[in-house]
Amino acid sequence: MKTETRREHFEPPSVLGNILRKLHIDIPLFIGLFFASLLSFVILYSAGSQDMDILMRQGARVGLAFLLMTVLAHVNPYQFKRYSAMLFGMGLFLLFAVLIMGQIGKGAQRWLDLGVFRFQPSEMIKITTPMMIAWYLSEHALPPKPKQLFIATLLILIPTLLIAKQPDLGTALLVASSGAGVLFFAGLSWRFMLGMSAVLASLTPILWHFMHGYQRDRVLTFLNPEADPLGRGYHIIQSKIAIGSGGVYGKGWLGSTQSELDFLPESSTDFIFAVFAEEFGLFGCLGLLVLYLLIIARCLFIASQAQDTYSRLLASSLAFTFFVYVFVNIGMVIGVLPVVGVPLPLISYGGTSIVTLLAGFGILMSIHTHKKFL
Amino acid sequence: MSRTYSIKDNLVENRLFINRIVAAFIAISLLTSGLVVRLIYLQIVGHEHYASLAKDNSVKIVPLVPTRGLIYDRHGKVLAENTPSYSLEIIPEQVPDMDDTLSRLQKLLDIPEEKIELYQKQRKRQKRFTSTPLLIGLNEEELAKFAVVRPYFPGVDIHTRLVRHYPYSDLTAHVIGYVGRINEAELKDLPVEEYRGSSHVGKLGIESSYETELHGKTGYAEIETNVQARPLNTLNEANPASGTNLYLTLDIDLQKTAYDALGIYNGAVVAIEIKTGGVLVFASRPGFDPNPFVVGIANDAYQTLQSSENQPLYNRALRGLYPPGSTVKPFIALAGLEYDAISAQQKLFCPGYYQLPGSPHKYRDWRKGGHGSVDLNEAITESCDVYFYRLASTLGIDRIHEFMQKFGFGEKSGIDLVGEKEGLLPSREWKFEKKKQAWYPGETLITGIGQGYHQVTPLQLARATATLANRGVIVTPYLVDRIATLTESKPGPARQLGSIPLKSENINDVVNGMINVVHSQRGTAKGISKNINYQIAGKTGTAQVLGIKQNAKYNENDIDFKYRDHALFIAFAPADNPKIAVAVVVENGGHGGSVAAPIAGQIIKQYLNDEMAKPANEN
Repeated sequence: MKTETRREHFEPPSVLGNILRKLHIDIPLFIGLFFASLLSFVILYSAGSQDMDILMRQGARVGLAFLLMTVLAHVNPYQFKRYSAMLFGMGLFLLFAVLIMGQIGKGAQRWLDLGVFRFQPSEMIKITTPMMIAWYLSEHALPPKPKQLFIATLLILIPTLLIAKQPDLGTALLVASSGAGVLFFAGLSWRFMLGMSAVLASLTPILWHFMHGYQRDRVLTFLNPEADPLGRGYHIIQSKIAIGSGGVYGKGWLGSTQSELDFLPESSTDFIFAVFAEEFGLFGCLGLLVLYLLIIARCLFIASQAQDTYSRLLASSLAFTFFVYVFVNIGMVIGVLPVVGVPLPLISYGGTSIVTLLAGFGILMSIHTHKKFL
Repeated sequence: MSRTYSIKDNLVENRLFINRIVAAFIAISLLTSGLVVRLIYLQIVGHEHYASLAKDNSVKIVPLVPTRGLIYDRHGKVLAENTPSYSLEIIPEQVPDMDDTLSRLQKLLDIPEEKIELYQKQRKRQKRFTSTPLLIGLNEEELAKFAVVRPYFPGVDIHTRLVRHYPYSDLTAHVIGYVGRINEAELKDLPVEEYRGSSHVGKLGIESSYETELHGKTGYAEIETNVQARPLNTLNEANPASGTNLYLTLDIDLQKTAYDALGIYNGAVVAIEIKTGGVLVFASRPGFDPNPFVVGIANDAYQTLQSSENQPLYNRALRGLYPPGSTVKPFIALAGLEYDAISAQQKLFCPGYYQLPGSPHKYRDWRKGGHGSVDLNEAITESCDVYFYRLASTLGIDRIHEFMQKFGFGEKSGIDLVGEKEGLLPSREWKFEKKKQAWYPGETLITGIGQGYHQVTPLQLARATATLANRGVIVTPYLVDRIATLTESKPGPARQLGSIPLKSENINDVVNGMINVVHSQRGTAKGISKNINYQIAGKTGTAQVLGIKQNAKYNENDIDFKYRDHALFIAFAPADNPKIAVAVVVENGGHGGSVAAPIAGQIIKQYLNDEMAKPANEN
């Protein structure tokens, strides 16, 4: 038994490896994240018109994110479980706070200004929601009974709707899927999921009714981008031209003409994948997807090795949410999903999303490196 | 018992969980494959198509700029139009040797060095493959010169652009305003898509406050271009929708009369059609020629305008603040009657000065010997200051403030122009808040004759006069009568409604006083009553620019022109069925009766003559 566990542990031969292990860093995952961040700088340099300022700012953010990851990797997963409900409650309270402040300030508000820095509660909720659901479900026998299912759904819906109201459709989607991920891994019956999908599909008209004008525009534009090539359809048309013109091998680093000529808007944030695809071609895209899949596979592996229900559910949900990030962003850039504001994880410039993402990976590492040997 | 249960559960849970992990990984792989399929479709199957689209951005989406709406006066005369103008433009990417090209052009067309420098600056800020103007407003000779040698200048071309033109120049500058190049600050606030192709935006006046209506909706064309970005062929097009035309209530002939009548003086004239609130005249003199602002005014020309002592850029009608002087007297008199502080028949003795009980300070009347015993009608007719000192003292500042506020003093009139000033209607609260001082009784007295803190804009004065003429039904001035395209037409801004409850006989008493100002032998504006078959009700005013010491004497000829009193006049006509209300402010004009009243008289006569001629013409 003991040798089994040892074999599955990555065995680093070097001094550096030893240090990383002392730091509770999972080396395969760390290598994946490191390469992704490196790639981020390479593409940003090109997409941001070779502006060193952008790189410096991104560098500061990535540094902070890696630091937070390391800190969280040190925390015993038992502590996460213990404070799950409290952190979730705090997140909800802050969400309400920005909503009310937003109403006073008349306009969309996502930030809480703490003087020294600005804090976005919706980012925190991205992690605390799966923590909360995982904690709640792990307190009961699995698969969840209808009553627990009902309560869990409610717990997911509250933050989701609050964020959708901000309005931030992208983040709302990520929060909802992080919660739904926990339910899925907790063994939600397939029949129930099918039924839910049917209900959701029938709810679409009602959802449509509650959407903001610009959100509706985005969906309509997605369905027919050519209808409005100057306005909302512009992004999708231009990004398809950029990707398609990249071909199999791409135009080479710094060779993007579409972003260079300003044809591609938001080329360093949400649409950075288009620049990447134009410069590195289909091979580059496949490489990036493989890198993402490896990261996800490692995370799912960590989840499968986790020793208690809470850790499993949380780890697998975080892995799943990471995939949703990738899928929704690339899907929107290549024109198979509507444009919602979701960045390309680990690559896109700006936002605090990279900090939250790496915080999630920190939790995963904590789960993996704090195992008790049975 | 529970122990075994939990172990059994754990086994089940474990298997279930591993199943889900496997299912999730399969689903993730499948979805990723979906992305890959789409990428293959875009990058292999569609590669040629997209590559040709992207090649030297061979399909450009070009915005089609809408034509800006025109602005007309009430009789359909064009106040703002679009005229074609030729410009020499360069696409830098198509020029083989920029320095050589520029120096040859400079020789050919005699271009000043500063224009070349300006172009070099502008060029760096432009996106690639956009045409940047080097010279604008080319004349026939320059056009011909370039046409001959055009083949030797690849990348340089003549473009025709529509340029905004204001045919009435300085006459309408303060009403219509002007358009100018969009600057960086404005770029942030404008809708990006709509202004993708636009270079100009309304900066002032009607051009600014009706920007959305005038601008129109931008269209686009998908244009296929060759490697040099020369257009080859249009693939797809959506026409722009021109901006809507505006029909103003302004009467440009009347405007000209007013502007000319001001003559050498600085000042403002506002005339309002009483029944509608439509502004007939909105003149501020001096004006300025707005046309250079459209193409970009030269720096020194702008400095000259800005530093000119007469301040031509200053919109006196909208933003000028003046003490109303005696023009407030009809309103104060009406307040006295409404609050029962006085009756119309009651006579007061005017010895030529007024003293507050227990104070040695003499508040002087403008006529040194006094007016003798006067009733309300005579007090208005002769503009007796002492009568109004006493009345103001009886009323008190609180009631004066309350009553005057109803006529729109101290607040914006709500006219459809941006930048209007509120003026200042003093009150006890205002003084305490702003000056941290109590209100003194002496200040009430001078407020009664329109001096002191009270400040009005000419527009406010005209509005208050119109409201008085309208017997308390509030008049809200506006300039845009109709917003019209070829097919549809909608009215201008919504008008504020409301009325001040006033007793009819009180209004009559005051109006009779105002009629005597113009028509009685003792009236202060008796000069303008000649040759008319209707009555004008008016009131003169003189606003002090310089404070005069207790025993000093004001002598117009002794003092500097710029310290002479401002002359004011308000009027409406015909007195029995008012159609037009006018307010005139002549800076440093001296007496209201001699300078300001004739201007108002001229406008009233011209307007009513036109009005009377109208039905005959139309039938």
